[in-house]
Amino acid sequence: MTPPSAPTPMRRIASMLYRRPNFYLLLLLTPPLLWFGIIYIGSLLSLLWQGFYTFDDFTMTVSTDLTLQNFVNLFQPANYDIILRTLGMAIAVTLFSALLAFPVAYYMARCCSERMKAVFYIGVMLPMWASYIVKVYAWTLLLSKDGVLYWFASLLHLDGVVDALLQLPGIGGKTLSTSNLGRFLVFTYIWLPFMILPIQAVLERLPPSVLQASADLGATPRQTLLHVILPLAVPGVAAGSIFTFSLTLGDYIVPQLVGPPGYFLGSMVYAQQGAIGNMPMAAAFTLVPIVLIAVYLSIVKRMGAFDAL
Amino acid sequence: MSAVQFTHVSRHYGAVKAVDDVSITIAEGEFFSMLGPSGSGKTTCLRLIAGFEQPSSGSIRIHGSEATGLPPYQRDVNTVFQDYALFPHMQVLDNVAYGLKVKGVGKTERYQRAEEALAMVALDGFGQRKPAQLSGGQRQRVALARALVNRPRVLLLDEPLGALDLKLREQMQSELKKLQRQLGITFIFVTHDQSEALSMSDRVAVFNRGRIEQVDTPRNLYMQPATPFVAEFVGTSNVLRGEMALALTGQQRPFSIRPEHIRLADQQLPLAADEVQVRGVLQDVQYQGAATRFELRLDNGDSLTVSCANAFAAEQDSLPQPGQPLLARWSRQAMVSLHEPLAG
Repeated sequence: MTPPSAPTPMRRIASMLYRRPNFYLLLLLTPPLLWFGIIYIGSLLSLLWQGFYTFDDFTMTVSTDLTLQNFVNLFQPANYDIILRTLGMAIAVTLFSALLAFPVAYYMARCCSERMKAVFYIGVMLPMWASYIVKVYAWTLLLSKDGVLYWFASLLHLDGVVDALLQLPGIGGKTLSTSNLGRFLVFTYIWLPFMILPIQAVLERLPPSVLQASADLGATPRQTLLHVILPLAVPGVAAGSIFTFSLTLGDYIVPQLVGPPGYFLGSMVYAQQGAIGNMPMAAAFTLVPIVLIAVYLSIVKRMGAFDAL
Repeated sequence: MSAVQFTHVSRHYGAVKAVDDVSITIAEGEFFSMLGPSGSGKTTCLRLIAGFEQPSSGSIRIHGSEATGLPPYQRDVNTVFQDYALFPHMQVLDNVAYGLKVKGVGKTERYQRAEEALAMVALDGFGQRKPAQLSGGQRQRVALARALVNRPRVLLLDEPLGALDLKLREQMQSELKKLQRQLGITFIFVTHDQSEALSMSDRVAVFNRGRIEQVDTPRNLYMQPATPFVAEFVGTSNVLRGEMALALTGQQRPFSIRPEHIRLADQQLPLAADEVQVRGVLQDVQYQGAATRFELRLDNGDSLTVSCANAFAAEQDSLPQPGQPLLARWSRQAMVSLHEPLAG
């Protein structure tokens, strides 16, 4: 052992911090809290505050007179339609993503070898490395009248099916690339990895003995899936759905490039503040996804999705 | 009819033989233990019975009918898992009623039977809790109730007491034994704790490297170990081989002598007709409460463990000190001749 030497300044500071853990914590937390508080919360609140400003249609200028008119305007039929359209798409994309993601996540978590799992990880994440805009543009080509999807459908003699799908009200349109169906496919394609990964994480944490116990007690594989695996996977589905739901609610690129004309919440905000310069109305619109997600989270929480976290 | 019968069962993982040509017959209503160090194949045997594993070769019969190839949910056996494996999202009552639910038993009946099963393990009133709100010992009882509520003919227990502290473990041991007598179900109990196996079982199979070295009653296992492994794993033994064995028994085969059957003396005493004696130097003395343990080094270099019950304080004063030469003697009747198991 070396004899205790005289404390250096560094050591004196270190032991001072050790003796005052609260001060130490404060020192560590202040920079990230400032960053988070000012850059995230602060700017968001200031944006929402601008929702109370007045926009003069005539002069196209914003005045700081406070009004509730912008929020009332959200319930005008045209704006209300935008909210419903976006919400409907977000729900549809979330449900379909969960349906597609579960088997993939289950296979990754419980069935395949370590090597295969790595292949799947890369397969799921690789699309996320490519630029989002490029992928959406690529889809517009894939879905267009002379695109790969039509070509593939005609190879399989499924032209009739595609045409029949496009005739359906609400889903259809002139071509795949201008239909809600096409927009829905692109959204699902883009957000699917965000659903797969959390479900996979949850399924991987299931102890094998719990599944064996279910079989041991006489449950068929189907009963084990229904009574044990699915309920225990709910937190993962909930986490994934928060991504797919909120990302679809806020997106403003896909609605502009794929699907029928008509605004989504995101593209409406973009139009209001960019083309029109109506910052107060844009701010009012940004409140909508925040409220919808808050409602969604409270529903998910009430269903007990976070109990197991 | 036997409850479980293994005929030349092997389970290989690549080149590793987890279970290697095991044949056993477990009688109905028996408390049967599988004892061995970790990796000896005992748990794999249990999983083969439950159906979580399938044998690479050989046949497993459960109550006379072939079970090889049957999935776990088609077998009339239930398991108590080492980690309890309770369903974390269900209340205790739903956990216990689960086996009845998946078999289509009506709600009223299954909850009533689940309550009865909980009462049997002294957990009445805990039905509304979640497993996370229970202590380790309570979870263990829930796992037991969850298996027993199905009235299986064979109950498999995979080191169920391993995670409990000593006092609780001893209490559960006697409760399990009582429960088994009362219900008359075949219990197959996997453990690495030899005293647990000895105190609870009707018969014990000792596993080593995927093979069974001996199947016998606890008493015979201790008094008449068949192989050096059994002699040393069950209790403590001195296994003497080679020249020493030849000199003392007149045979080449190794023999075992229990530490408590050896007496020590610091001077030459007249030997009885059936006694043998060896010479050694005391290396170490360990006080163990009920007994004192002496480690001797014999003249040929072997070490010998001797255990003497502690009687009165007065006798303790003259304990021999390390370095002292001593004479150890024992009766020929206490020596058990061993054979090496056939190489696998």
